Amino acid sequence: MTAVAEPMAVWQRRRPGWVEVARKELADNLLSVRFLILLLILGLVALGTVYGAATALRETAQFTSESGATVFLRLFTVRADPIPFSFMEIVAFLLPVFGIAYGFDSISGERSRGTLPRLVSQPIHRDDVINGKFVAGLTTIGLTLIVVVLIVAGVGIFALGVVPDFSDGFRLFTWLLASYIYVAVWLAMAMLASVAFRSAATSAILTIGIWLALTFFGGLLFTLVANVISPVDAANPISELTNVRTQTSVSRLSPVVLYNETATALLVPEVRTLGFVTMDQIDRAVVSELSFPQSVLLVWPQLVAMVAITVLLFAIAYVKFMRQEVRA
Amino acid sequence: MTEKVIEVEGLVKRYGDRVAVAGIDFGVSPGEIFGILGPNGAGKTTTILMLLGLTEPSEGSVRVCGLDPERDAIGVKRRVGYLPDAVGFYDDLTGRQNLRYTARLNELDPVEAEDRITSLLDEVGLDYAADFLVGTYSRGMRQRLGVADILVKDPDVVILDEPTTAIDPEGVVEILALISRLAHTEGRAVLISSHLLNQVQQVCDRVGIFVEGAIVAQGTPDELAASLSEGSSVYEFVVDATEEQVRTAVNSGLPGLSDKIGVTSIGAGRWRVVLPERDISGVVRALVEAELSVRQIRDLGSNLDEIYRRYFREHEGVSA
Repeated sequence: MTAVAEPMAVWQRRRPGWVEVARKELADNLLSVRFLILLLILGLVALGTVYGAATALRETAQFTSESGATVFLRLFTVRADPIPFSFMEIVAFLLPVFGIAYGFDSISGERSRGTLPRLVSQPIHRDDVINGKFVAGLTTIGLTLIVVVLIVAGVGIFALGVVPDFSDGFRLFTWLLASYIYVAVWLAMAMLASVAFRSAATSAILTIGIWLALTFFGGLLFTLVANVISPVDAANPISELTNVRTQTSVSRLSPVVLYNETATALLVPEVRTLGFVTMDQIDRAVVSELSFPQSVLLVWPQLVAMVAITVLLFAIAYVKFMRQEVRA
Repeated sequence: MTEKVIEVEGLVKRYGDRVAVAGIDFGVSPGEIFGILGPNGAGKTTTILMLLGLTEPSEGSVRVCGLDPERDAIGVKRRVGYLPDAVGFYDDLTGRQNLRYTARLNELDPVEAEDRITSLLDEVGLDYAADFLVGTYSRGMRQRLGVADILVKDPDVVILDEPTTAIDPEGVVEILALISRLAHTEGRAVLISSHLLNQVQQVCDRVGIFVEGAIVAQGTPDELAASLSEGSSVYEFVVDATEEQVRTAVNSGLPGLSDKIGVTSIGAGRWRVVLPERDISGVVRALVEAELSVRQIRDLGSNLDEIYRRYFREHEGVSA
């Protein structure tokens, strides 16, 4: 039997469809003006804060630290004039913008350009489109973060003259990973918005609104919710404690809070606990640094929660996209 | 009989209570152009999406190249080129780059694909614009790029949704010539959906008239005309005469049928004449006998537009 190549065998996919979609999207992303602008903003802000911190630290470093181990990390956490934020704070503020920028028009853009029906009528699965775009967004953001952090760390080392030890390196790397997961949350949210809304402007405004609301009015919101769930009874001091505990729990539904806690615990080794602490818990506590594994242990729930939020948001976007009509 | 590459039986699509496609049957053979013609919202695009496995049928069966689009959508999409209504491209890529992406998604060999893309761009007359950004293309150019795009995968079946909408008359002629070549020269099965009957009927071998989710009639345009009790034929006469003179002459050529004859001026001595019969010898004789100088008579074929309008009217009559 001369078994001439079976048609089905020939048509077995060598490379999954999402890889091709991701490849094209990644090329688009890296060549886009959007990418350049975001890279510049983050790069300049990061350089400014770290250089400022390095200059300020150089004057005080020799008096404050014997070991020099954590001086390196202070590059990222010290606020120095004239910028009122540390590197850590400003990056935490800017990261959501990256997720939103690569997600808000990912699906609605294909729809409005009329390329979606053409794309899904190619021999790929429909989920290859959304998966490929998510992967491409994550890759672009990952590249940006790594590049910026490496440059900034290099400049910091040069300006400060302190070489990080392994523990510092691990902390910085874990912080980078946490930041990456945090951006993924926003990318998934923006993609969900781009699936749900036909107009890219609506989806952009909605996600930016959520970002600003959680960043600036999060505290107010969590207090309000906590007061409803467990109101404070003036006659009962315990109720006040319960109220604060509820507030902490509620606030941990917000990726902004989760990330801020994670970043602080990772980059500031002196942080021993997150959330509410009573006076007698810290009474006579000795200020000292946590080891790297202990800090990771501290933020583990936060990291897991951020991954869970990402998965949840992406899953909703995925299901919604799969059920949507293709036609324009 | 050649084997049908598209076979549709009892196809139904419901959206909640609304019936978009109400049990249709049709088939398309290789080398044949089948037109599904009907007004917007008649269920044409829904039918096409079901052929591609992009929408699930509520009932009925679909076979494309012997495959079930519901089970093997990828297999179907490998063999079917689909040009959607209002096709879009990535404006920030060139025509060639857009086609390259399609070739990649179809897993074509990159080197072969490159040659194929060049020759396809040549074929649709876009060789000069191959490396321009698609953002600079006109509607007609995009439509032609769309035709090249569906041919990248060398499909057995070509499905075109409203291919002539929103392009200029010259562009329409070009596109229709391309489509005709796909079926009649290259032997592909072609399915066209359109609401512009006059344009599309010229290239269709068979048509199905689609009204409110049902195919109310199908066959060759001539068959459809004949199937109607008052089958009509349409001619264009170029005669130097007044409307009165033409009307009188035509009526006297087909005595007793004057209420079924339509004469309308389409300007500059040109008349669109609708006759109840295909035989016009009597009419010509009458024109000559009336000593009118007949400069041209052109057979416009069975007037699908008329047929379609009549079906539509009948249908409305039933539902009213």
